[in-house]
Amino acid sequence: MMTNEQVMRYGRHLIMPEVGVVGQEKLNAAKILMVGAGGLGSPSALYLAASGIGEMTIIDPDVVDLSNLQRQILHDTSSVGVPKVESAKKRIHEVNPNVKVNAIQDQLSNENVRQLVREHDLVVDGTDNFQTRYMVNDACIFEKKLNVYGSIFRFDGQSTVFCDPNGPCYRCLYPEPPPPGMVPSCAEGGVLGILPGVVGVIQATEAIKLILGKGDPLIGRLMLYDALAMKFRELKIRKDPECPVCSAHPTITELQNYEYFCGIAPEANGESGQAQEQITARQLKEMMEAGRRLTLLDVREPQEWDITHLPDAKLIPLNDLPDRMNELDTADDIVAYCHHGMRSAKAIGFLQKMGYKKLKNLAGGIDAWAVNVDPEMPRY
Amino acid sequence: MNHSNASQVEPLKQIEMPVLLFASLKDAAGSDQIMVRLSYPSATPMTVQDFLAQCGQQYPAIAAWLPHVRVAVNCTYADAQQTLTPGDEIALLPPVSGGTL
Repeated sequence: MMTNEQVMRYGRHLIMPEVGVVGQEKLNAAKILMVGAGGLGSPSALYLAASGIGEMTIIDPDVVDLSNLQRQILHDTSSVGVPKVESAKKRIHEVNPNVKVNAIQDQLSNENVRQLVREHDLVVDGTDNFQTRYMVNDACIFEKKLNVYGSIFRFDGQSTVFCDPNGPCYRCLYPEPPPPGMVPSCAEGGVLGILPGVVGVIQATEAIKLILGKGDPLIGRLMLYDALAMKFRELKIRKDPECPVCSAHPTITELQNYEYFCGIAPEANGESGQAQEQITARQLKEMMEAGRRLTLLDVREPQEWDITHLPDAKLIPLNDLPDRMNELDTADDIVAYCHHGMRSAKAIGFLQKMGYKKLKNLAGGIDAWAVNVDPEMPRY
Repeated sequence: MNHSNASQVEPLKQIEMPVLLFASLKDAAGSDQIMVRLSYPSATPMTVQDFLAQCGQQYPAIAAWLPHVRVAVNCTYADAQQTLTPGDEIALLPPVSGGTL
């Protein structure tokens, strides 16, 4: 039974025949697992809470960083340094105190994923990495739960509903992950702050429709959104009859080692497979002060260079490296850097293959320099 | 039509197909649409697999991606053996990891 406060609060739902009292009671009884309280999780959690979802479990290991606030509207400036799940819980209770929020500050892992998925009606996936994508997908297949998927990159977003018995799962689309470092993350490639707002709200819309059992869900359809062109496009996607996890004869029937599967096992090196020498920001500073002759290679994009760069560095964006390699001398000591050390690791892997030997990667990128060497340097 | 390759038993058909790119592929190619010239024996239909091979030769900047992208033909996901006909709309979709936590 709804209280008078709830009848008033959900009145605009109650007067629509597609929701009504019956539908609202379904929402009030629903339990949703939110993976991630970041860009996608923020708008979806806010609207799901406002719509009266009964119970939401939010799992995220991180604390709020100033650089999150450009898009992660669950959190505000006063929350910087606070665990995201705590900040989320506080904000959700301000929106709707009827919602029970379980805040878990942890990684989703093989140890907790199946039980968490099992205990909820559906999953809203807002993670930022492939290993968690595959883990959530497999757990949803094993536990027979729907996975409301969203992903974003720069100005492009995607959303669909995976793991329906009659529709595809994530592995039907992408049976294998791409090599590590190939697909840039939002931290590397950037993302328009409002983009996850659109995609996260599409995810929340689908979650609400699935709970109500109304409308046409995004099962077997992948919605693509291009914010620059302001275009939506829909692709039909099919279940793969050979899918290793969701077909009639699966070859994967339990959780895997997803870090290994995605090529980020601990011993993984750059794409050349050779070991890569790391240098810390402080060590680099000492080398520079000692007057060691070296080439500082910045492999970021020009717009990142404009924000900040190391003195006397040389800018060759990663994608231009094959064409501009001749600007680098194999005889010189080269220290490559990027924002956080991923792209420069790729650059070094490439240069190793091309016969360069005297290479070092600045561990943690220019961000580590800003933190450990030059506190005046802007971080982004 | 270019039928210059006389050693071929079958004459080669040549067509240009517009290909839509998404997400990080746009950045790799520097454009959201590319034109791919396809040549194939006129009696044998061109498959998605053939298309990917020729696409990679003409656009080295995205060649490394092609084993990892999904191909959609006329707004429907296609497998490697699906045949193509002139006028088909091809889209290439790389996997997208983000999310931003």
